[in-house]
Amino acid sequence: MLSKRIIPCLDVRDGQLTKGIKFKGNVDIGDPVTMAEFYYQEGADELVFYDITASHEARNIMLEVVRRVAERIFIPFSVGGGLRSVEDMRAVLLAGAEKVSVNSAAVNNPQIIAEGARAFGSQCVVLGMDVLKVPVSQKIPSGYEMVIHGGRKHMGLDALWWAQEAERLGAGEICLNSIDADGTQEGYEMTLTELISSHVSIPVIASGGAGTPEHLAAVLTKGKADAALIASMTHYGHYSVTQIKDYLAGRGIKVRRYW
Amino acid sequence: MIAIIDYDAGNLTSVERALRSLGAECAISRDAGFISAAERVILPGVGRAGTGMASLRRLGLDKVLADTVAAGKPLLGICFGTQIIFDYSEEDFTDCLGLMPGKVVRFPLEHRDADGQPLKVPHMGWNGMQLKRPHPVLSGLPAEAEFYFVHSYYPLPAQESFVVGATDYGLPFASAVARGSLVAVQFHPEKSGRPGLRLLQNFLDWDGKEGGGAL
Repeated sequence: MLSKRIIPCLDVRDGQLTKGIKFKGNVDIGDPVTMAEFYYQEGADELVFYDITASHEARNIMLEVVRRVAERIFIPFSVGGGLRSVEDMRAVLLAGAEKVSVNSAAVNNPQIIAEGARAFGSQCVVLGMDVLKVPVSQKIPSGYEMVIHGGRKHMGLDALWWAQEAERLGAGEICLNSIDADGTQEGYEMTLTELISSHVSIPVIASGGAGTPEHLAAVLTKGKADAALIASMTHYGHYSVTQIKDYLAGRGIKVRRYW
Repeated sequence: MIAIIDYDAGNLTSVERALRSLGAECAISRDAGFISAAERVILPGVGRAGTGMASLRRLGLDKVLADTVAAGKPLLGICFGTQIIFDYSEEDFTDCLGLMPGKVVRFPLEHRDADGQPLKVPHMGWNGMQLKRPHPVLSGLPAEAEFYFVHSYYPLPAQESFVVGATDYGLPFASAVARGSLVAVQFHPEKSGRPGLRLLQNFLDWDGKEGGGAL
């Protein structure tokens, strides 16, 4: 059977690694290529890069990072942030990424999912979702709303509806980020993760809030996630990927143990 | 020189990069002459059976591949490149290369595991492989090694003897098959970390003959 995937997320700005707490006050903590290689050696199952500059001038810096990463690590990795067209996606895939992740561009223009899936296959297209808990309303029946720009802009779009719509359009996977939990290290948003996971048939990567290995165990079992994104808990050396995997295996969760 | 066949089957650069990291001389090509002259050939790809086969035929590469196998030259199929070596694929109802008797079928639509839990299709992520018999290209891989898969269809070889590795995803399927100088894997060795690179290195060292290789 499939192993549950542990996926470190690397936020990159101007070619440098950052990690923001609630998307504010980002501090540079290193070279993304070195970090990618470190995680590869440590047994990460996949990597996610978010280009949080995403200005058009910085695009080539990111492509260079992607090329250098692809020469050194031999596991899948995805790249997201500021991809607005099939051409943007193509450039990233040709530079060596396995998958592309679209987020706000897909909210603004859902057809980009279908176009990407047609051009490269669904397995290449990850839908990134930034979600905020809101009061249940007629417009937002699930009580979870799509937001963009790190939560600063509400889209008036129900997260559950959007996840299903994106699957219909051809998204191959969902990276589900809770803005409420992001950066807190107090655990994943379990209700949201279970809700989305049980209503789509594509894999769901839980994101936002990981602080301890128990948090991963919970979201990979009760939360029904197929994979868990981690950042601060390993970036700053509180835990290693190996340690997390040992813990999960001890809890009876199937993870990849040899690399 | 290793030829990586380019037949409009998606991004092939990751295979090239993995081979380069092993110090191999390789090139992505769709030129029949170049591929015929190469000492070994890789048929990679992500794509669809219908369009993939159409491209191969248009480029005249179906014949080159048949000659490659007939000459006993090592040929490695990867993922989609593995599926089109069979006679037939349910995907797009396509007649394929026929280099190995058998067909390619889709995972069931309502796919469930032994406990009745729904299984997602495509089968995407890391999974193990149980070796069925020794093969030089699969030698030295620890039993607990896992490989990266992305696919909705899987091979159903006509003979059990073609199966060298099997993987379980709700049902057991052939994840590695071999016949003569042809070896093919359903996963992506170029994205499977160290065990994947080991498999590629084994292929680079292989003389194209079956037998040998420790289980």
